[in-house]
Amino acid sequence: MVKVRELTKKFNGITAVDHISFDIRKGEILGLLGPNGAGKTTTIHMLLDIVTPTSGEILIGGQDLSQHREEILSQTNFASSHIAMPYSLTVEENLNIFARLYEVPHQQERIDQVIDELEMASIRSKLTRALSSGQMTRLSLAKAFLTQPKLLLLDEPTASLDPDSADKTRTLIQKYQQQFECTILYTSHNMREMEQMSNRIIFMSNGKIVANGTAQEITSQFGRRDLEDVFLTVARRG
Amino acid sequence: MNGNRIHALILRHLFLYQRSLPRIMEIFYWPLLDLVVWGFITVYLSQFKSGLPSVVTFFIGALILWDILFRAQQGITISFLEEIWSRNLMNLFASPLKPGEFLAATMIISLCKVGAVLIVAVLVAWAFYSFNLFILGVSLIPFILNLIIMGWVIGILTTAIIMRYGQEAEVLAWGMVFIFQPVSCVFYPVAVLPMFLQSIAHWIPAAHVFEGMRDVITNNSFPLTELIWASGLNTLYLFASFFLFHHIYNVAKAKGILVRVGG
Repeated sequence: MVKVRELTKKFNGITAVDHISFDIRKGEILGLLGPNGAGKTTTIHMLLDIVTPTSGEILIGGQDLSQHREEILSQTNFASSHIAMPYSLTVEENLNIFARLYEVPHQQERIDQVIDELEMASIRSKLTRALSSGQMTRLSLAKAFLTQPKLLLLDEPTASLDPDSADKTRTLIQKYQQQFECTILYTSHNMREMEQMSNRIIFMSNGKIVANGTAQEITSQFGRRDLEDVFLTVARRG
Repeated sequence: MNGNRIHALILRHLFLYQRSLPRIMEIFYWPLLDLVVWGFITVYLSQFKSGLPSVVTFFIGALILWDILFRAQQGITISFLEEIWSRNLMNLFASPLKPGEFLAATMIISLCKVGAVLIVAVLVAWAFYSFNLFILGVSLIPFILNLIIMGWVIGILTTAIIMRYGQEAEVLAWGMVFIFQPVSCVFYPVAVLPMFLQSIAHWIPAAHVFEGMRDVITNNSFPLTELIWASGLNTLYLFASFFLFHHIYNVAKAKGILVRVGG
Protein backbone atom coordinates (compact mmCIF):
# COMPACT_ATOMS: atom_id res chain seq x y z
CA MET A 1 0.00 0.00 0.00
CA VAL A 2 2.75 2.46 1.00
CA LYS A 3 6.35 2.35 -0.19
CA VAL A 4 8.78 4.92 1.16
CA ARG A 5 12.25 4.92 -0.35
CA GLU A 6 15.28 6.87 0.86
CA LEU A 7 13.04 9.65 2.17
CA THR A 8 15.03 12.62 3.44
CA LYS A 9 14.04 16.02 4.78
CA LYS A 10 16.46 18.77 5.68
CA PHE A 11 15.42 22.09 7.21
CA ASN A 12 18.13 24.75 6.90
CA GLY A 13 20.85 22.12 6.80
CA ILE A 14 19.43 20.15 9.77
CA THR A 15 18.38 16.63 8.82
CA ALA A 16 14.95 15.86 10.28
CA VAL A 17 14.44 12.63 8.32
CA ASP A 18 17.48 10.79 7.06
CA HIS A 19 17.17 8.38 4.13
CA ILE A 20 14.40 6.23 5.62
CA SER A 21 12.79 3.38 3.67
CA PHE A 22 9.83 1.31 4.78
CA ASP A 23 6.68 -0.35 3.48
CA ILE A 24 3.18 -0.53 4.96
CA ARG A 25 1.16 -3.50 3.78
CA LYS A 26 -2.49 -3.18 2.89
CA GLY A 27 -4.66 -3.46 6.02
CA GLU A 28 -1.69 -3.21 8.36
CA ILE A 29 -1.38 -0.90 11.38
CA LEU A 30 2.18 0.35 11.48
CA GLY A 31 3.32 2.11 14.63
CA LEU A 32 5.84 4.91 14.30
CA LEU A 33 7.70 5.26 17.56
CA GLY A 34 10.49 7.52 18.70
CA PRO A 35 11.46 10.34 21.03
CA ASN A 36 10.53 13.98 20.35
CA GLY A 37 12.38 15.26 17.30
CA ALA A 38 12.90 11.75 15.89
CA GLY A 39 11.22 12.72 12.61
CA LYS A 40 7.85 10.94 13.03
CA THR A 41 5.63 13.97 12.46
CA THR A 42 7.79 15.23 9.58
CA THR A 43 7.40 11.79 7.96
CA ILE A 44 3.61 12.04 8.33
CA HIS A 45 3.64 15.57 6.91
CA MET A 46 5.56 14.34 3.88
CA LEU A 47 3.05 11.49 3.41
CA LEU A 48 0.32 14.16 3.42
CA ASP A 49 2.25 16.32 0.93
CA ILE A 50 2.25 19.38 3.16
CA VAL A 51 6.01 19.15 3.51
CA THR A 52 8.05 18.48 0.37
CA PRO A 53 10.83 15.91 0.79
CA THR A 54 14.39 17.02 0.10
CA SER A 55 14.91 13.69 -1.66
CA GLY A 56 13.40 10.23 -1.84
CA GLU A 57 10.21 8.72 -3.11
CA ILE A 58 6.73 8.10 -1.68
CA LEU A 59 4.49 5.62 -3.49
CA ILE A 60 0.93 5.18 -2.24
CA GLY A 61 -1.25 2.54 -3.91
CA GLY A 62 1.49 2.22 -6.54
CA GLN A 63 1.34 5.91 -7.47
CA ASP A 64 3.98 8.54 -6.90
CA LEU A 65 2.66 11.15 -4.42
CA SER A 66 4.49 14.00 -6.15
CA GLN A 67 2.77 13.16 -9.45
CA HIS A 68 -0.69 12.02 -8.28
CA ARG A 69 -1.35 14.26 -5.27
CA GLU A 70 -5.08 14.76 -5.84
CA GLU A 71 -5.95 11.08 -6.41
CA ILE A 72 -3.85 9.92 -3.46
CA LEU A 73 -5.05 12.56 -1.00
CA SER A 74 -8.71 11.86 -1.82
CA GLN A 75 -8.09 8.33 -0.49
CA THR A 76 -5.97 9.41 2.47
CA ASN A 77 -6.95 11.18 5.65
CA PHE A 78 -5.43 12.03 8.98
CA ALA A 79 -6.25 12.89 12.56
CA SER A 80 -3.96 14.61 14.99
CA SER A 81 -4.36 15.84 18.52
CA HIS A 82 -2.24 18.85 17.50
CA ILE A 83 -4.53 20.11 14.74
CA ALA A 84 -7.78 21.97 15.41
CA MET A 85 -10.91 22.40 13.33
CA PRO A 86 -12.77 25.65 12.61
CA TYR A 87 -13.94 26.52 16.11
CA SER A 88 -16.84 28.78 15.14
CA LEU A 89 -18.58 26.00 13.26
CA THR A 90 -20.67 23.22 14.72
CA VAL A 91 -19.55 19.60 14.63
CA GLU A 92 -22.00 18.81 11.82
CA GLU A 93 -20.99 21.89 9.78
CA ASN A 94 -17.35 20.89 9.99
CA LEU A 95 -18.16 17.36 8.83
CA ASN A 96 -20.32 18.77 6.05
CA ILE A 97 -17.41 20.85 4.73
CA PHE A 98 -14.90 18.01 4.82
CA ALA A 99 -17.40 15.64 3.18
CA ARG A 100 -17.62 18.13 0.29
CA LEU A 101 -13.87 18.74 0.16
CA TYR A 102 -13.25 15.01 -0.23
CA GLU A 103 -16.35 14.57 -2.42
CA VAL A 104 -17.81 11.86 -0.21
CA PRO A 105 -20.75 10.16 -1.95
CA HIS A 106 -24.17 10.40 -0.20
CA GLN A 107 -22.77 13.05 2.12
CA GLN A 108 -25.60 13.52 4.62
CA GLU A 109 -26.08 9.77 4.95
CA ARG A 110 -22.38 9.26 5.62
CA ILE A 111 -22.26 12.15 8.13
CA ASP A 112 -25.20 10.64 10.03
CA GLN A 113 -23.49 7.25 9.96
CA VAL A 114 -20.18 8.57 11.35
CA ILE A 115 -21.96 10.64 14.01
CA ASP A 116 -23.81 7.51 15.04
CA GLU A 117 -20.73 5.26 15.01
CA LEU A 118 -18.67 7.70 17.07
CA GLU A 119 -21.58 8.39 19.44
CA MET A 120 -21.58 12.10 18.65
CA ALA A 121 -25.33 12.66 18.34
CA SER A 122 -25.44 14.78 21.50
CA ILE A 123 -22.73 17.14 20.21
CA ARG A 124 -23.62 17.34 16.52
CA SER A 125 -25.02 20.87 16.90
CA LYS A 126 -22.43 21.99 19.40
CA LEU A 127 -19.85 24.63 18.41
CA THR A 128 -16.39 23.15 18.01
CA ARG A 129 -14.91 25.69 20.44
CA ALA A 130 -17.15 24.29 23.19
CA LEU A 131 -15.92 20.70 22.82
CA SER A 132 -13.85 18.94 25.47
CA SER A 133 -10.48 17.35 24.50
CA GLY A 134 -12.14 13.96 24.20
CA GLN A 135 -14.93 15.32 22.02
CA MET A 136 -12.41 17.22 19.89
CA THR A 137 -10.47 14.00 19.33
CA ARG A 138 -13.66 12.27 18.29
CA LEU A 139 -14.41 15.08 15.83
CA SER A 140 -10.92 14.82 14.39
CA LEU A 141 -11.39 11.05 13.99
CA ALA A 142 -14.87 11.57 12.55
CA LYS A 143 -13.37 13.86 9.90
CA ALA A 144 -10.81 11.16 9.12
CA PHE A 145 -13.32 8.24 9.09
CA LEU A 146 -15.89 10.25 7.13
CA THR A 147 -14.05 9.85 3.85
CA GLN A 148 -13.45 6.09 4.30
CA PRO A 149 -9.77 6.49 3.47
CA LYS A 150 -7.62 3.62 2.28
CA LEU A 151 -4.71 5.15 4.18
CA LEU A 152 -5.20 6.71 7.60
CA LEU A 153 -2.44 8.67 9.32
CA LEU A 154 -2.93 9.13 13.05
CA ASP A 155 -0.51 11.44 14.84
CA GLU A 156 -0.80 10.88 18.59
CA PRO A 157 -4.58 10.63 18.45
CA THR A 158 -4.87 9.86 22.16
CA ALA A 159 -2.49 12.54 23.47
CA SER A 160 -4.20 14.76 26.07
CA LEU A 161 -6.96 12.21 26.67
CA ASP A 162 -7.71 10.59 30.02
CA PRO A 163 -7.20 6.78 30.14
CA ASP A 164 -10.91 6.07 29.67
CA SER A 165 -11.28 8.34 26.63
CA ALA A 166 -8.00 7.04 25.20
CA ASP A 167 -9.21 3.45 25.55
CA LYS A 168 -12.50 4.29 23.84
CA THR A 169 -10.59 6.06 21.05
CA ARG A 170 -8.34 3.02 20.49
CA THR A 171 -11.40 0.77 20.33
CA LEU A 172 -12.98 3.07 17.74
CA ILE A 173 -9.86 3.04 15.58
CA GLN A 174 -9.55 -0.75 15.76
CA LYS A 175 -13.23 -1.21 14.96
CA TYR A 176 -12.93 1.13 12.00
CA GLN A 177 -9.79 -0.61 10.74
CA GLN A 178 -11.45 -4.02 10.90
CA GLN A 179 -14.60 -2.75 9.21
CA PHE A 180 -12.89 -1.07 6.26
CA GLU A 181 -9.53 -2.91 6.23
CA CYS A 182 -7.74 0.38 5.84
CA THR A 183 -4.02 0.83 6.26
CA ILE A 184 -2.98 2.87 9.29
CA LEU A 185 0.20 4.67 10.27
CA TYR A 186 0.04 5.43 13.96
CA THR A 187 2.26 7.50 16.23
CA SER A 188 2.09 7.61 20.00
CA HIS A 189 4.30 8.06 23.03
CA ASN A 190 2.28 5.48 24.92
CA MET A 191 4.20 2.19 24.68
CA ARG A 192 1.33 0.01 25.84
CA GLU A 193 -0.89 1.63 23.26
CA MET A 194 1.71 0.99 20.58
CA GLU A 195 1.90 -2.70 21.44
CA GLN A 196 -1.88 -2.99 21.57
CA MET A 197 -2.55 -1.17 18.30
CA SER A 198 0.31 -1.99 15.94
CA ASN A 199 0.96 -5.10 13.86
CA ARG A 200 4.48 -3.83 13.38
CA ILE A 201 6.54 -0.96 14.76
CA ILE A 202 9.18 1.28 13.25
CA PHE A 203 11.45 2.88 15.78
CA MET A 204 12.93 6.23 14.75
CA SER A 205 15.70 8.23 16.34
CA ASN A 206 17.48 11.30 14.99
CA GLY A 207 15.64 10.99 11.71
CA LYS A 208 16.76 7.39 11.12
CA ILE A 209 15.00 4.04 11.47
CA VAL A 210 16.79 2.16 14.23
CA ALA A 211 14.45 -0.83 14.43
CA ASN A 212 11.63 -2.35 12.42
CA GLY A 213 9.56 -5.33 13.56
CA THR A 214 6.93 -6.48 16.02
CA ALA A 215 7.09 -5.21 19.61
CA GLN A 216 8.59 -8.55 20.69
CA GLU A 217 11.18 -8.53 17.93
CA ILE A 218 12.27 -5.01 18.83
CA THR A 219 12.56 -5.68 22.55
CA SER A 220 14.64 -8.81 21.92
CA GLN A 221 16.78 -6.96 19.34
CA PHE A 222 17.70 -4.43 22.03
CA GLY A 223 17.85 -7.05 24.81
CA ARG A 224 15.35 -5.15 26.95
CA ARG A 225 12.31 -6.10 29.03
CA ASP A 226 9.70 -4.13 27.14
CA LEU A 227 9.13 -1.40 24.57
CA GLU A 228 9.31 1.35 27.18
CA ASP A 229 12.76 0.15 28.19
CA VAL A 230 13.82 0.21 24.53
CA PHE A 231 12.41 3.72 24.19
CA LEU A 232 14.36 4.98 27.20
CA THR A 233 17.56 3.36 25.92
CA VAL A 234 17.21 4.90 22.45
CA ALA A 235 16.08 8.32 23.74
CA ARG A 236 18.93 8.59 26.27
CA ARG A 237 21.55 7.32 23.84
CA GLY A 238 20.47 10.16 21.54
CA MET B 1 -10.54 23.19 -10.79
CA ASN B 2 -13.10 21.25 -8.83
CA GLY B 3 -16.41 23.04 -8.18
CA ASN B 4 -17.36 20.85 -5.22
CA ARG B 5 -14.23 21.74 -3.32
CA ILE B 6 -14.62 25.45 -4.11
CA HIS B 7 -18.25 25.20 -2.94
CA ALA B 8 -17.08 23.51 0.30
CA LEU B 9 -14.80 26.41 1.14
CA ILE B 10 -17.44 29.02 0.36
CA LEU B 11 -19.89 27.13 2.56
CA ARG B 12 -17.30 27.09 5.36
CA HIS B 13 -17.28 30.92 5.33
CA LEU B 14 -21.06 31.19 5.04
CA PHE B 15 -21.40 28.99 8.14
CA LEU B 16 -18.87 31.22 9.88
CA TYR B 17 -20.53 34.53 9.00
CA GLN B 18 -24.12 33.44 9.62
CA ARG B 19 -23.58 33.40 13.37
CA SER B 20 -20.85 35.97 13.82
CA LEU B 21 -22.18 39.48 14.28
CA PRO B 22 -18.67 40.98 14.80
CA ARG B 23 -17.53 39.54 11.45
CA ILE B 24 -20.59 40.90 9.65
CA MET B 25 -20.11 44.29 11.33
CA GLU B 26 -16.46 44.32 10.30
CA ILE B 27 -17.50 44.15 6.64
CA PHE B 28 -19.70 47.25 6.91
CA TYR B 29 -18.16 49.24 9.78
CA TRP B 30 -15.18 50.94 8.07
CA PRO B 31 -16.85 51.66 4.72
CA LEU B 32 -19.81 53.25 6.47
CA LEU B 33 -17.66 55.18 8.91
CA ASP B 34 -15.54 56.53 6.02
CA LEU B 35 -18.62 57.45 4.09
CA VAL B 36 -20.27 59.26 7.00
CA VAL B 37 -17.19 61.19 8.23
CA TRP B 38 -15.63 62.11 4.87
CA GLY B 39 -19.01 62.58 3.27
CA PHE B 40 -20.05 65.26 5.75
CA ILE B 41 -16.63 66.94 5.61
CA THR B 42 -17.01 67.10 1.83
CA VAL B 43 -20.51 68.56 2.10
CA TYR B 44 -19.22 71.15 4.56
CA LEU B 45 -16.25 72.16 2.36
CA SER B 46 -18.37 72.37 -0.74
CA GLN B 47 -20.38 75.18 0.89
CA PHE B 48 -17.28 77.44 0.80
CA LYS B 49 -16.28 76.58 -2.75
CA SER B 50 -19.35 77.28 -4.74
CA GLY B 51 -17.27 77.04 -7.92
CA LEU B 52 -16.74 73.33 -7.35
CA PRO B 53 -20.22 71.79 -7.35
CA SER B 54 -18.92 68.34 -8.27
CA VAL B 55 -16.63 68.05 -5.23
CA VAL B 56 -19.22 65.91 -3.42
CA THR B 57 -19.50 63.65 -6.44
CA PHE B 58 -15.73 63.30 -6.75
CA PHE B 59 -15.14 62.49 -3.11
CA ILE B 60 -18.10 60.27 -2.38
CA GLY B 61 -17.75 58.41 -5.66
CA ALA B 62 -14.05 57.91 -4.93
CA LEU B 63 -14.78 56.75 -1.36
CA ILE B 64 -17.24 54.11 -2.51
CA LEU B 65 -14.98 52.87 -5.29
CA TRP B 66 -11.93 52.75 -3.01
CA ASP B 67 -13.88 50.65 -0.51
CA ILE B 68 -14.66 48.19 -3.30
CA LEU B 69 -10.93 47.67 -3.84
CA PHE B 70 -10.27 47.47 -0.10
CA ARG B 71 -13.06 44.91 0.52
CA ALA B 72 -11.96 42.81 -2.47
CA GLN B 73 -8.47 42.61 -0.96
CA GLN B 74 -9.80 41.89 2.53
CA GLY B 75 -12.11 39.19 1.21
CA ILE B 76 -9.08 37.17 0.15
CA THR B 77 -6.68 37.94 2.98
CA ILE B 78 -9.15 37.60 5.85
CA SER B 79 -10.42 34.28 4.45
CA PHE B 80 -6.84 32.99 4.61
CA LEU B 81 -6.31 34.42 8.10
CA GLU B 82 -9.52 32.72 9.31
CA GLU B 83 -7.88 29.37 8.45
CA ILE B 84 -4.73 30.34 10.35
CA TRP B 85 -6.69 31.57 13.38
CA SER B 86 -8.68 28.34 13.54
CA ARG B 87 -5.53 26.22 12.84
CA ASN B 88 -7.33 24.69 9.89
CA LEU B 89 -4.82 25.33 7.12
CA MET B 90 -3.22 21.91 7.47
CA ASN B 91 -6.61 20.18 7.29
CA LEU B 92 -7.27 22.00 4.02
CA PHE B 93 -3.93 21.53 2.31
CA ALA B 94 -3.65 17.89 3.38
CA SER B 95 -6.93 17.32 1.51
CA PRO B 96 -7.17 17.07 -2.30
CA LEU B 97 -7.80 20.84 -2.39
CA LYS B 98 -5.50 22.63 -4.85
CA PRO B 99 -4.06 26.11 -4.14
CA GLY B 100 -5.90 27.42 -7.22
CA GLU B 101 -9.22 26.15 -5.83
CA PHE B 102 -8.45 27.81 -2.51
CA LEU B 103 -7.86 31.12 -4.31
CA ALA B 104 -10.98 30.70 -6.45
CA ALA B 105 -13.09 30.21 -3.31
CA THR B 106 -11.60 33.27 -1.59
CA MET B 107 -12.23 35.34 -4.73
CA ILE B 108 -15.91 34.35 -4.72
CA ILE B 109 -16.15 35.14 -0.99
CA SER B 110 -14.55 38.49 -1.74
CA LEU B 111 -17.16 39.18 -4.46
CA CYS B 112 -19.96 38.50 -1.97
CA LYS B 113 -18.42 40.95 0.54
CA VAL B 114 -17.94 43.61 -2.15
CA GLY B 115 -21.54 43.15 -3.30
CA ALA B 116 -22.86 43.59 0.25
CA VAL B 117 -20.73 46.71 0.90
CA LEU B 118 -21.63 48.23 -2.46
CA ILE B 119 -25.37 47.91 -1.88
CA VAL B 120 -25.19 49.46 1.60
CA ALA B 121 -22.76 52.23 0.54
CA VAL B 122 -24.86 53.21 -2.48
CA LEU B 123 -27.99 53.42 -0.31
CA VAL B 124 -26.26 55.46 2.43
CA ALA B 125 -24.71 57.87 -0.11
CA TRP B 126 -28.08 58.37 -1.71
CA ALA B 127 -29.90 58.84 1.62
CA PHE B 128 -27.33 61.19 3.27
CA TYR B 129 -25.87 63.14 0.37
CA SER B 130 -28.35 62.60 -2.48
CA PHE B 131 -25.41 61.07 -4.31
CA ASN B 132 -26.20 58.61 -7.08
CA LEU B 133 -23.25 56.37 -8.00
CA PHE B 134 -25.01 55.41 -11.21
CA ILE B 135 -24.26 58.85 -12.68
CA LEU B 136 -21.03 57.15 -13.74
CA GLY B 137 -23.18 55.32 -16.29
CA VAL B 138 -21.93 52.28 -18.18
CA SER B 139 -18.34 53.02 -17.12
CA LEU B 140 -19.30 51.97 -13.60
CA ILE B 141 -19.21 48.25 -14.44
CA PRO B 142 -15.65 48.17 -15.86
CA PHE B 143 -14.54 50.53 -13.05
CA ILE B 144 -15.86 48.15 -10.39
CA LEU B 145 -14.47 45.05 -12.12
CA ASN B 146 -11.01 46.59 -12.41
CA LEU B 147 -10.99 47.68 -8.77
CA ILE B 148 -12.09 44.22 -7.66
CA ILE B 149 -9.31 42.61 -9.69
CA MET B 150 -6.70 44.99 -8.28
CA GLY B 151 -8.06 44.22 -4.79
CA TRP B 152 -7.63 40.50 -5.54
CA VAL B 153 -4.07 41.05 -6.72
CA ILE B 154 -3.15 42.90 -3.50
CA GLY B 155 -5.06 40.26 -1.49
CA ILE B 156 -3.18 37.38 -3.10
CA LEU B 157 0.14 39.19 -2.67
CA THR B 158 -0.60 39.84 1.02
CA THR B 159 -1.73 36.24 1.55
CA ALA B 160 1.46 34.92 -0.06
CA ILE B 161 3.58 37.12 2.25
CA ILE B 162 1.63 35.91 5.33
CA MET B 163 2.04 32.30 4.16
CA ARG B 164 5.79 32.83 3.80
CA TYR B 165 6.44 34.84 6.97
CA GLY B 166 3.65 33.62 9.22
CA GLN B 167 1.38 35.50 11.58
CA GLU B 168 4.04 38.17 12.19
CA ALA B 169 3.03 39.54 8.79
CA GLU B 170 -0.68 39.48 9.71
CA VAL B 171 -0.83 43.27 10.11
CA LEU B 172 -0.32 43.54 6.32
CA ALA B 173 -3.87 42.28 5.89
CA TRP B 174 -5.07 45.73 6.97
CA GLY B 175 -2.12 47.89 5.91
CA MET B 176 -0.93 46.59 2.55
CA VAL B 177 -3.64 48.19 0.46
CA PHE B 178 -2.79 51.66 1.81
CA ILE B 179 0.71 51.43 0.32
CA PHE B 180 -1.04 51.68 -3.03
CA GLN B 181 -3.46 54.45 -2.06
CA PRO B 182 -1.22 57.52 -2.63
CA VAL B 183 -0.31 56.37 -6.16
CA SER B 184 -3.87 55.22 -6.90
CA CYS B 185 -4.83 58.93 -6.90
CA VAL B 186 -8.19 58.20 -5.32
CA PHE B 187 -9.02 61.76 -4.25
CA TYR B 188 -6.79 63.85 -6.54
CA PRO B 189 -5.68 63.76 -10.17
CA VAL B 190 -2.43 62.06 -11.17
CA ALA B 191 -1.17 65.46 -12.36
CA VAL B 192 -0.76 66.73 -8.77
CA LEU B 193 1.86 64.06 -8.01
CA PRO B 194 5.58 64.72 -8.45
CA MET B 195 6.93 63.31 -11.71
CA PHE B 196 8.50 60.17 -10.22
CA LEU B 197 5.22 59.26 -8.48
CA GLN B 198 3.31 59.97 -11.69
CA SER B 199 5.41 57.36 -13.47
CA ILE B 200 4.63 54.86 -10.69
CA ALA B 201 0.91 55.75 -10.80
CA HIS B 202 0.93 54.96 -14.52
CA TRP B 203 1.52 51.27 -13.60
CA ILE B 204 -1.25 51.18 -10.98
CA PRO B 205 -4.60 49.99 -12.43
CA ALA B 206 -6.62 51.87 -9.79
CA ALA B 207 -5.01 55.19 -10.81
CA HIS B 208 -6.45 54.71 -14.30
CA VAL B 209 -9.86 53.86 -12.85
CA PHE B 210 -9.97 56.99 -10.67
CA GLU B 211 -8.69 59.18 -13.52
CA GLY B 212 -11.46 57.67 -15.63
CA MET B 213 -14.03 58.37 -12.94
CA ARG B 214 -13.06 62.04 -12.82
CA ASP B 215 -13.18 62.15 -16.60
CA VAL B 216 -16.74 60.78 -16.61
CA ILE B 217 -17.89 63.27 -13.96
CA THR B 218 -16.17 66.29 -15.57
CA ASN B 219 -16.56 65.60 -19.29
CA ASN B 220 -19.26 62.93 -19.33
CA SER B 221 -17.14 60.88 -21.74
CA PHE B 222 -16.36 57.15 -21.78
CA PRO B 223 -12.75 56.78 -20.58
CA LEU B 224 -11.74 54.06 -23.03
CA THR B 225 -7.97 54.60 -22.88
CA GLU B 226 -7.91 54.55 -19.07
CA LEU B 227 -10.01 51.39 -18.98
CA ILE B 228 -7.79 49.63 -21.52
CA TRP B 229 -4.73 50.47 -19.42
CA ALA B 230 -6.41 49.37 -16.18
CA SER B 231 -7.63 46.09 -17.70
CA GLY B 232 -4.32 45.30 -19.35
CA LEU B 233 -2.30 45.94 -16.20
CA ASN B 234 -4.79 43.99 -14.07
CA THR B 235 -4.64 40.96 -16.38
CA LEU B 236 -0.85 40.99 -16.18
CA TYR B 237 -0.76 41.45 -12.39
CA LEU B 238 -3.45 38.85 -11.75
CA PHE B 239 -1.49 36.14 -13.59
CA ALA B 240 1.70 37.27 -11.86
CA SER B 241 -0.02 37.05 -8.47
CA PHE B 242 -1.27 33.49 -9.21
CA PHE B 243 2.26 32.50 -10.15
CA LEU B 244 3.67 34.13 -7.00
CA PHE B 245 1.09 32.41 -4.76
CA HIS B 246 1.93 28.98 -6.24
CA HIS B 247 5.62 29.68 -5.87
CA ILE B 248 5.30 30.76 -2.21
CA TYR B 249 3.03 27.76 -1.52
CA ASN B 250 5.79 25.46 -2.81
CA VAL B 251 8.43 27.35 -0.81
CA ALA B 252 6.23 27.06 2.32
CA LYS B 253 5.91 23.30 1.74
CA ALA B 254 9.64 22.90 1.18
CA LYS B 255 10.56 24.88 4.30
CA GLY B 256 7.84 23.29 6.45
CA ILE B 257 6.29 26.73 7.02
CA LEU B 258 2.81 25.65 5.95
CA VAL B 259 2.66 23.29 8.93
CA ARG B 260 3.93 25.90 11.37
CA VAL B 261 1.61 28.64 10.09
CA GLY B 262 -1.51 26.54 9.80
CA GLY B 263 -1.14 23.72 12.26
